[in-house]
Parts: sequence; C-alpha cells; structure tokens
Amino acid sequence: MSAESLLGSRWKILAGFFMLGILFWGGFHWALAATNTETFCISCHEMKENVYKEYRETVHYYNPSGVRATCPDCHVPKQWQHMIVRKIQASNELWHKFRGTIDTPEKFEGKRLELARNVWYTMKTTDSRECRNCHDYKSMDFTRQGLRANDFHERGFSKGKTCIDCHKGIAHALPKGMTAADDTSN
Amino acid sequence: MKKRLQWFLWAALAVLLIGGGSGMAMAENGEVRGLRGQVPLNGADQAAEPSRWMPDSHGLPRNFLQQPPLVPHQIDNYKIDMRQNKCLTCHSWSKARENRATKISLTHFRNRFGTELSDVSPQRYFCTQCHVPQKDAKPLVDNTFKPVDAM
Repeated sequence: MSAESLLGSRWKILAGFFMLGILFWGGFHWALAATNTETFCISCHEMKENVYKEYRETVHYYNPSGVRATCPDCHVPKQWQHMIVRKIQASNELWHKFRGTIDTPEKFEGKRLELARNVWYTMKTTDSRECRNCHDYKSMDFTRQGLRANDFHERGFSKGKTCIDCHKGIAHALPKGMTAADDTSN
Repeated sequence: MKKRLQWFLWAALAVLLIGGGSGMAMAENGEVRGLRGQVPLNGADQAAEPSRWMPDSHGLPRNFLQQPPLVPHQIDNYKIDMRQNKCLTCHSWSKARENRATKISLTHFRNRFGTELSDVSPQRYFCTQCHVPQKDAKPLVDNTFKPVDAM
C-alpha cells in the first residue's frame, strides 16, 4: 500500500468518527431535550393523574401574563452540570415506574409526604435554584409587590430564607401528615 | 250540547289570549329581570365587565357590630381543606404575632355546645364561609342600609 492511499484512508476513518460523533452527541442531546418536556412527564399516568392535575389550578399554569412554568422548569436544573446529575438520578424513577411503586392514587398518597420532603430538601440545599432561574431576587421591585408580599420578602430574605421555606405547596397539594418541622416559614 | 261546547271553546281561547298577553306585558315591564337584562337564555349578550379583587390594605371597616371582619387582601388559590388551611398559616394564634396578622377570635375555639376546644372548632374551620374579600363590583341591588352611630 502506498503512503498516499494510507493517508487517504486515515482521513476517511477520521471523517467517519467525526460523523459518528455528531450523530451520537446530537442524539444524546435530542434525548435529553425530548425527556425534558411536560408532554414526556405526563406520558406517565402517575404524573398526569396526580401532580399534574393539581398544578393546572395554580398560577404557574394559568395566569394573567400567559407565561407558564412547566414541570422541567422547576424540577430539572437548567445548568448543564446539575441537569446531567438530575437526569442520572431520574433512572431511579424509571425503576420505580417499572415496579409500580406509586401506580395508584392511594399508593401515591401514601408516599407523597416522603416524595415532597425529598423535593423540599433538594430545593433547600440548592437555595431554590430552579425558582431563581426565573424569580431573581435582584430583579424584584419590592415597592410594587402587595403589602404582605413586600413585608414577608424583605424580612424573609434578611433572615436568610430561601424560596421553598415559605412557598411549599404552591404548585401541588400539600401532603397529609406534615409535622411542625416541615414548616420552615418562621 | 253543541252550543255549550262552542261557548266553552271560545272562553278557553279568551283566557289563553288574555293570560298570555299579560304575562308578556309583565316581562316587558321588567318586573322579572335577570342580571343579564332582558336577554333570552340562548341569546347573544356581552359578557359582564370583569371585576378585580381589591388590592391589599390594612383592614376594612365593619358595617354592623356582628359582621365577620372582611378580608383586606387577595385570597386567590388559598386552599382550605383537610390537608391545609392557608388562612391559618398567618392568622392562627401561634403564627399571628410573627406574621403581623390579626389572630382569629377566641370564639372560634368553641363548638356549638359551648365547649372550649384546644384548637379551632371544625365548624369554624372554613374561614371563607363568613370572611370574604372585596371586589370593585357595583352592588347589584341598591339599598339604603346605614351602620348605627356607634360604629
């Protein structure tokens, strides 16, 4: 084999890998984006029949400005490094979907407190990162908030509270059996 | 016999005409008037002008002594059910001072037999049965009610 043809085939192999890379990386991102939609979330009846129904009555679904925060806006981080971690954790949810851990409303209610506490704990440790993707403290005009919101926000932020400390159960029903420790608003 | 039947039919017709006519006249005079005006049930009509909840304020005056205090703020989407009572997250005795809210009356701990309970009586639990927020809507019916001087 001549040196020239060897060089030519090497380029071909390189180009081949390059194309494969585009395909895989593109496919990977397509899969990430496809699983990051409300349609995907409510394709499971566990979500559609329980939490989604409750969410539809709240301000994040239906409001004067018509801006909507869907499931992934609050439950999947926007930043890539955090998003990928959450996506890997979601494989656990697939496992429980397969086992049918919460496949009836009764089972879901039975687990709701535990599941809610998980979300609250995550939001507390990330300083309500997903809330703040849209609700930036620095962009808030306190003078244009209602009397109560103004008062509560100023005192809450000065005490070092994070959004979830007071805003529990704003998009879904609160679980039964909450204890005093679950109330972090004061 | 035939004449009698004829007379009866004429009478029935007269009653029908007079009765139906007076009924129509009553509707035209507006004695029975729906909130949408004289629009037939299946008729096209403009939607009522939307009204808004009053913005937050510091307490609203009472109009009579026994009136449950009005809610001087918006309570959209405030849930009151078996799991939660959003009102009590500020107005309960344990939270009121911290949240600078009015605490619920002591009478709310008493049940219908006069027994004092350790927490809000179930029959007083549904706040919005008596305490309501206000809208800028015009009164549907005029009235001349005035509070007593002592108010």
